[in-house]
Amino acid sequence: MTEKLESTAKGTIIEGMTGPWELIIGLEVHAQVNSNSKLFSGAATDFGSDPNTQVSLVDAALPGMLPVINEYCVEQAVRTGLGLKAQINKESVFARKNYFYADLPQGYQISQFDKPIVGRGQVIVDLKNGTRRIVGIERLHLEQDAGKSMHDQHPSLTYVDLNRSGVALMEIVSDPDIRSAEEAAAYVEKLRTILVYLGTCDGVMARGSMRADVNVSVRRPGEELGTRAEIKNVNSLRFMRQAIEFEAQRQIDILEDGGSIVQETRLFDASKGETRSMRSKENAHDYRYFPDPDLPPLILDDGMIERIKATLPELPDEKKARFENDYGLSAYDAGVLVADQETAAYYENVASASDPKLAANWIITELFGRLNKSEKTITDSPISAANLGKLVGLIKDNTISGRIAKDVFEIMFNEGGDPEQIVEDKGLKQVTDTGEIEGFADQVIADNPEKVAEYKGGKDKLLGWFVGQLMKASRGKANPQMANELLKKKLDEL
Amino acid sequence: MSVDKETVRNIARLARIRVDEDALEPLAKELSTILTFVEQLDAVNTDGVEPQAGGRTMALQQRADEVTAGGYPEKVTGNAPKSEHNFFAVPKVVE
Repeated sequence: MTEKLESTAKGTIIEGMTGPWELIIGLEVHAQVNSNSKLFSGAATDFGSDPNTQVSLVDAALPGMLPVINEYCVEQAVRTGLGLKAQINKESVFARKNYFYADLPQGYQISQFDKPIVGRGQVIVDLKNGTRRIVGIERLHLEQDAGKSMHDQHPSLTYVDLNRSGVALMEIVSDPDIRSAEEAAAYVEKLRTILVYLGTCDGVMARGSMRADVNVSVRRPGEELGTRAEIKNVNSLRFMRQAIEFEAQRQIDILEDGGSIVQETRLFDASKGETRSMRSKENAHDYRYFPDPDLPPLILDDGMIERIKATLPELPDEKKARFENDYGLSAYDAGVLVADQETAAYYENVASASDPKLAANWIITELFGRLNKSEKTITDSPISAANLGKLVGLIKDNTISGRIAKDVFEIMFNEGGDPEQIVEDKGLKQVTDTGEIEGFADQVIADNPEKVAEYKGGKDKLLGWFVGQLMKASRGKANPQMANELLKKKLDEL
Repeated sequence: MSVDKETVRNIARLARIRVDEDALEPLAKELSTILTFVEQLDAVNTDGVEPQAGGRTMALQQRADEVTAGGYPEKVTGNAPKSEHNFFAVPKVVE
């Protein structure tokens, strides 16, 4: 990797009325473990089921019920930790985080406090301007999700559905290393890619599989960290950007008016585009954590960690580096192609059958454009990687021109078929026979005596026009480079 | 270690236990006595001893990732003071 890796942020400076401010952001991302059953009970985790149908008596916190941990969830936390290049803690402890809320039947959440399962790690964030930054991961711990409250179903009642109650979450806490709304979104995007590569979380933000609590504070550049506000449960990247920008400005306005920031929990109201205080949680910071007496410490053995390590896939950063080195792709193209594993695998199939750089161009510009237009994804692309590989191969060996290839591509996309067969059937093979192209050239020159005179009079730029005419006459099949050379030679010799 | 009246009031509020004003002071005394009793343990030298979860080392039991429960919403909401359409129905709590 040749780009510069920056671990210390320069920071986005926000100009206030009284001088510059620096924005400091830390994120707590909650990622739902991709498990069939819950963290401490055998109830299902499917999305969108009927109310309270996926609730065991453990999840409903009926007296006498005991939690038993799901080994798969433990493995996924370790797997994620390894993917984040993090320290795995062989001994971790579950603790009770106590608070009262209608959707938390136990009166406490089983979480991890001073001994999380995963310790320090890192995420490399790719920014739009091409720089990459390391964002430190403070920890990852396992915890239970809460139930869901619905306030809009009844005029005076709140409906509570416990289907989500007890579902396993990985809370991934970043260092306060993030310096702009843009970086925050890029961090979540990268984290999501890593989780999906690892297969530990489906990453579907729209279903709440990934949500973030965003800690925002501002300070004068170089000074101590300011007091932060925590914006709870932000569930889309767009909302995250809006929430951060609103919150930063709110804090700057307060500070510039001589006020001070209250450490509190805030809610982002998407319909108004603003954050506001969640008064009910004002005193909730006193969670009175203590080790859960129902759960002895979780001990991992080396064999288990090694087994998981052996099954890790090639991760996005490694794949990107390999695409740049082995295929000679630009950092940008490599980044686009490794954004998901399906695209990366598709690319490698096309590249191995043709030319790596041409393959990247065709996938990123032609295929993605066409898929977007028809609202399809790479997995349901009407053109298989093998056939796109053949098409790119035909361009590479000069059987057809890029221009004709676009027509063949369109036919393949709409009707399917093998590109070699299509080229054969429709007679689209590029004309590379000098004699044949000379024939077209003579024709074009003979048909346009005025243009020839203008050209001879010094209008060199008309060459392009002649090439266009020749291509038209050959119905796009003439090799453009040969057409260009032969026309220039003939015109200059006149 | 002793606790004062305000601490008791705060603990009671956090635990959602209603304690009458005139019961706070006696409770503070009582809790302080308990804490003092437990503090006798401070006399034990625990240098080099790892914190323990119990008297003996016990491994955390684990289970396979299988769906073995659920599908009985009536049972789940059976003890609720109020339920509608298989939801728990509680007084409106809006942020």
